[in-house]
Amino acid sequence: MSDIAERVKKIVVEHLGVEAAQVKEDAKFIDDLGADSLDTVELVMAFEEEFGIEIPDDAAEKIQTVGDAIGFIKGNAKS
Amino acid sequence: MFDLSGKAALVTGASGGIGGAIAKALHKQGATVTLSGTRADALEQLKATLGERAHVVAAKMDDAADIDRLAKEAEAAMGKLDILVNNAGITRDNISMRMKDDEWEKVLQVNLTGTFRLTRAAMRGMMKRRFGRVINITSIVGVTGNPGQANYAAAKAGLIGMSKSLAQELASRGITVNCVAPGFIATPMTDALTDDQKKTILGRVPADRLGTPEEIASGVVYLASDEAAYVTGQTLHINGGMAMI
Repeated sequence: MSDIAERVKKIVVEHLGVEAAQVKEDAKFIDDLGADSLDTVELVMAFEEEFGIEIPDDAAEKIQTVGDAIGFIKGNAKS
Repeated sequence: MFDLSGKAALVTGASGGIGGAIAKALHKQGATVTLSGTRADALEQLKATLGERAHVVAAKMDDAADIDRLAKEAEAAMGKLDILVNNAGITRDNISMRMKDDEWEKVLQVNLTGTFRLTRAAMRGMMKRRFGRVINITSIVGVTGNPGQANYAAAKAGLIGMSKSLAQELASRGITVNCVAPGFIATPMTDALTDDQKKTILGRVPADRLGTPEEIASGVVYLASDEAAYVTGQTLHINGGMAMI
């Protein structure tokens, strides 16, 4: 399951066009990685697709950092 | 120009005069269309006249679960959804002093809330594909008002404000959101007017005739096209000069 973090980071790098080195677990999507509110919606959609899970809106709102995303997916991923 | 080959369109209220003309026009330009409405038999008839590239998904626009189902089934039938024409609408006319709560609420629910719900459901796929055309059929009365139609005018004005907001939210994703505002158009709805009523209305129309559903459909085809990619948050008035705004 350790590759979940790598897969999440890869999606973030591709989607936001940031350097891999910037994508630390405590990096905030909006404040640190330059995402806008639609980007965060799209990231959640991309995570859902990559990991075959559904992230409900109330959970999605709490995913603010790379680490938040990894944590949620580790707790809910099927693959 | 205005080639829609390979595009997938959903038209609500397609069993009505204007909705049917819109579906036919999009189809003629090459789009695959899904026809929605409440009268399944009328939709099937229209589908039969269109032939290939046509699907039917009946749905009620005052039912949240039905609206989600409509979005899913339309996407499943066509493989995607590029163009959403929110044309479904009802009237419950009454002067405000006599207007019942349910007349007010029903019109807002179908014309405004239903449109928002369907658009929200369609957005996800459009965002992913970085392409979308949302065209909301509003009305001249949403801008000018009309006695006896406080509910309808409020809902139609609401569509314009909603469209401008969505346009700003979605523009960076290649999705445009616009309105078409018909004036008086020859449909079964206006056929019901008396000759005197028609005469009064035409006195306010510089073109001196009712519009046709096809003239509304042409505006929709334009807004749905690749050529209109830079047009968003606008309301296209098609009304023979009845109001110039």
